[in-house]
Amino acid sequence: MGATDWIEIGRMDDLARLDTPMHRLDARAKIIVTLAFIGVVMSFPPHALSALTPFLFFPLVLIYGARIPMGPIVKKILLAMPFALAVGIFNPFLDRRPVLAIGPVTITGGWMSFTSILVRFLLTAGAALALVACTGMVRLASALGQLGVPRVFVVQLLFLHRYLFVVAQEGRNVLRSVTLRSSGTRSLNLGVYGSLTGNLLLRSMDRATRVYRAMMARGFDGEIRLVHPHQVRWIDGAFIAGWLAFFALGRTWNLAGGLGHWLTGVIP
Amino acid sequence: MHMADALISPAVGGTLWAVSGGLITFCARKVKQTLRENLVPMMGVLGAFIFASQMINFTIPGTGSSGHIGGGLILAILLGPHAAFLVIASVLTVQAFFFADGGLLALGCNMFNMGFFPAFVAYPLIYRIIARGQPGSLRVGVATIAASVVGLQLGAFGVVLQTLVSGISELPFHTFVLMMLPIHLAIGAVEGLATVAVVSFIARARPEALPTSPLPGTATGIRPILAGLAIAAMVIGGAASWFASTHPDGLEWSIARVTGAESVEAPESGVHQRLAGLQEQTAFLPDYGFKQAEPGIATTIPAGPEPDPWPSINAGTSVSGIVGGVLTLILATLVGMALRTRTTSVVPHNL
Repeated sequence: MGATDWIEIGRMDDLARLDTPMHRLDARAKIIVTLAFIGVVMSFPPHALSALTPFLFFPLVLIYGARIPMGPIVKKILLAMPFALAVGIFNPFLDRRPVLAIGPVTITGGWMSFTSILVRFLLTAGAALALVACTGMVRLASALGQLGVPRVFVVQLLFLHRYLFVVAQEGRNVLRSVTLRSSGTRSLNLGVYGSLTGNLLLRSMDRATRVYRAMMARGFDGEIRLVHPHQVRWIDGAFIAGWLAFFALGRTWNLAGGLGHWLTGVIP
Repeated sequence: MHMADALISPAVGGTLWAVSGGLITFCARKVKQTLRENLVPMMGVLGAFIFASQMINFTIPGTGSSGHIGGGLILAILLGPHAAFLVIASVLTVQAFFFADGGLLALGCNMFNMGFFPAFVAYPLIYRIIARGQPGSLRVGVATIAASVVGLQLGAFGVVLQTLVSGISELPFHTFVLMMLPIHLAIGAVEGLATVAVVSFIARARPEALPTSPLPGTATGIRPILAGLAIAAMVIGGAASWFASTHPDGLEWSIARVTGAESVEAPESGVHQRLAGLQEQTAFLPDYGFKQAEPGIATTIPAGPEPDPWPSINAGTSVSGIVGGVLTLILATLVGMALRTRTTSVVPHNL
């Protein structure tokens, strides 16, 4: 992750401000379904592959339904991938049992499970990102509070999210003043960067305290009040029930395998 | 060191979620009792800082993995362990939400590895015991680095145990330990130095920002923490040894059974058999299923130690799997695109 991706947090919030059927769903419903989705995807045996593909419907429906551009989501998934990749890449070397032969090409269990890890990662990460992009931090935090997460933690999540922009803005100010004073010619040594970082920390701390005091002065009590408090509608219940039923179906039967088997049987 | 959902099983993820959830509740209660005036904005802004510093990855050569500051110890020193755990947990939550860095069900694991160990083991048991004196002194510096290294080593070991018990990765225990621990020894030393630098800078520039020890709420916490640690160790250790002893060669198979999947062939059988019946009536070549390919495979398999590696898998079902999988992908994309055009036409372009 580079510094520019950090600013992209703001982009996720912009996306969350859109108004689509997916955005209008209750945030709690989306959280519950996303968690269930991740749980079900994780519960598949290590070598499952074709059985996982129907699960792509959920993140795709969220992403397309919420009119979220695919680019930023894919970029974030790729950036987050190295750890899963690093741990999974050993599977092909450790499990060399051949499990599938397509003509002369033999595919081993290790490659199957490695691909399975990547597919799982794509699914779970995609679903989590889609959830945020069509919900937004404030509604997400509010929903977490309603679902029983301690208020101190919910407030901490909100402050962290808010102060990311404070630190980013202060950082920009510090960098601008450095550029102005050095006329873009001098290269800075490590010591200067050290004191810059320290100053950035102090400036951010001061500004954060001022922001907090201003919030307290305006009556902030830790309660998140939304401008449009959400009314639970039947569609939220239908969203939960429908997806849970689909997950149960996809977990019990290999839908993709069945489809393929039927097709390869019908069309020789 | 962020665990991904793709690498852990629901049993591991769920257990650690419960443990970390309990810790959040416990810490939230403790923090509420703390009377420190500017704790809330400090927690927020330090969280943002740790978040920012975790973005600066130093790549670890040869692994494809990347190292970054964990920040748990810095937070524990500046805010006390309870607030520190909440801050780390919040940083990890936002990272999981916004960057897919660490999964949502893996959050519990990540909070435990990167929050619990530095805040509730390394800080009280190493830092607080060794570090006496002014920040900036050699003794405090040594304590900081030692605590940082130990915290990170425990966290890395947690990653190893959780990955192994999950059984998705096939890395053997000793290989994985040898991969993780030395790397995190280096990262721990770097983090320790960074922690010393930041804390001594704050002590010089803004001494009032440092908590006057003992911080309210920190002195009381040792006993419940130790009890928690013991329980967690028992849960993790017990689970690990149980899995290890029942099926030492194929950890993943026993996990698959425990987590609800009866066996690999189970998901395939229902629709399979029903469709096979349908197929016999409709198909042009009833036995078409690449059944003939099986002896072909058998000749290529050297007689290994495992005579029946995969009873359910033959080329036929696998090819069906591929065909069906690819088709499903196309179908999913088409449905999504149809949905997109629908919503686009419904929703006015007001943004």
